[in-house]
Amino acid sequence: MEISIKKDQWINLAIVATALWFIWFASGHFDEYTIRILNNIAIFIILAVSYNLINGVTGQFSLEPNGFVAVGAYVTALLLVTPEAKMYQYAIVDPYPFVLTLHANFVTALLLAGFFSALLAFTLAAPVFRVRGDYLAIVTLGFGFIIKILAINNPEVTNGSLGMNDIPEFSNLYWTGGIAIIAVISVLNIVNSKFGRAMKAVRDDEDAATAMGVNTFKAKTLAFCTSAFFEGVGGGLLAALLTSISPDLFDFFFTFQLLIIIVLGGLGSTTGAIIGTVLVIGGSEWMRFLDEPMNIFGHETTAMPGMRMVVFSLLLILIMLFAREGIMGKRELRDLFKFGKKGGK
Amino acid sequence: MILKIDNVTKNFGGVTAIKETSFSVQPKEIFGLIGPNGAGKTTMFNIITGNYEPTKGQVLFRNESLTGLKPHQIVRKGIARTFQNIRLFSSMSVLDNVLIGFDFQARYSFFESIVRFPRFISEEKRIKNRSMEILDYFGMSKFAHEKATDLSYGQQRKVEIARALATNPELLLLDEPAAGMNPSETEELGQIIKKARNDFDLTVLLIEHDMKFVNQLCDKVLVLDYGKTIFEGTPSDAIQDKEVITAYLGDFHND
Repeated sequence: MEISIKKDQWINLAIVATALWFIWFASGHFDEYTIRILNNIAIFIILAVSYNLINGVTGQFSLEPNGFVAVGAYVTALLLVTPEAKMYQYAIVDPYPFVLTLHANFVTALLLAGFFSALLAFTLAAPVFRVRGDYLAIVTLGFGFIIKILAINNPEVTNGSLGMNDIPEFSNLYWTGGIAIIAVISVLNIVNSKFGRAMKAVRDDEDAATAMGVNTFKAKTLAFCTSAFFEGVGGGLLAALLTSISPDLFDFFFTFQLLIIIVLGGLGSTTGAIIGTVLVIGGSEWMRFLDEPMNIFGHETTAMPGMRMVVFSLLLILIMLFAREGIMGKRELRDLFKFGKKGGK
Repeated sequence: MILKIDNVTKNFGGVTAIKETSFSVQPKEIFGLIGPNGAGKTTMFNIITGNYEPTKGQVLFRNESLTGLKPHQIVRKGIARTFQNIRLFSSMSVLDNVLIGFDFQARYSFFESIVRFPRFISEEKRIKNRSMEILDYFGMSKFAHEKATDLSYGQQRKVEIARALATNPELLLLDEPAAGMNPSETEELGQIIKKARNDFDLTVLLIEHDMKFVNQLCDKVLVLDYGKTIFEGTPSDAIQDKEVITAYLGDFHND
């Protein structure tokens, strides 16, 4: 028992070290386009892993991450854009005076982005978790829409549908990758504690969990707030990567993409969420060649814009047909090692 | 007495599931709650565990009213239960199922778990050891890392009881523990319950249909029929009581 815990820790350390080395190596050697994609992947790992905590681990099917990501992105943008840049940006109406005075460094901005998202999640938890199942999905879906509409209709703060521009490009692979590692470790540590066990118990059988003395509302709220915190931080990183954000960026398609990622990877598996991100975000970029003219065995084809999405959707369907519970199911990386030793099952 | 049901009535719309029922359970007693289907036995369990609010009357546990407490708070007061149809956590190992019972007894905070404080490690170790001890008691420790739902029915029943004991209860409610078991499994279960009562200082309140099982296990029974108490006393007297026989088999003497 003692030895296996030690061995697990060495493996974890090796994985983190490899990831850090990769970030360092990629920053120095890869071209700008590849680094851009890697940045995207790192941010979406943060989002997918935290979304998976509430949807997969706790089993509360909710559709609101676009809302929390938007809150995080706007908080970061408001804190990072310099007052001078704000002065000429607000074209629809003049901003509130306090908007111009807001300013903070990158770390503070990210932490506040996470904090405000989590605070919002905390206030939402009481009304949202009065309902279960499909109803929860509808209620949270509505929340995502409301955030987008608020962003459009409060131009004094958010500059309305024009969005925020000239956000300093602070995000680089060290930030996105580093925070992704922190997010993954934090979520895994939560999952492998009494809090994670309580969350899984809520997913498996909420009434039985109550009968074991688990405060199910508390377990759900913890998962929801943690998830919102990292979604807010991820939104902040995204804003500082894209340098301009607008409400359209945070519509339901954003949530939908995350949902594909975690379902593909396996609901409830953190490893699965990471694999799903790499496949969906990285894969859809890699398949861009399908949109262009191709030379297939000497036969020239014309450019077919959209071909990429057709192939991508077909692959999704195939994967879901052959791996019903997603690629990883509910398993994690170390479960694969364990099963491998036993000879499978 | 450890548990006192004080004149409890429960209505569901126009249906009266339990009508003005009172009884009390003494410490370390094995108390049987029996009666035909629809007699209100499981409703009574759900009232004790706080899942239902009684329409009238109250439940006293160690002379303290449970009215208004949420189900998870009642568990923390020392009342644990098992379910009629086994409800183990299907995605988890046997050990994790039992560890859930220690959820409110592990003393570390959310942040301590994220940064893996020493207290997290020592507390996890403590509750894991306790869980293994309980599993060992039921002879189930060799299955600790198996998926709970991969076990046989009888083994799952034992895991469910082990899980309930992990909450460190004084009163254990068993809802048809012998249902779906073969005679030898039933016999074994009876021995375990008797033994656990002494080793864990338990009071047991159980619902059961198997009269042989009730007869050899229970110190006292209460027979319910359509929500009314029709008999209270020893199990051997119960099976000879005319009203009890009528409730179970019908009134064929005066036809």
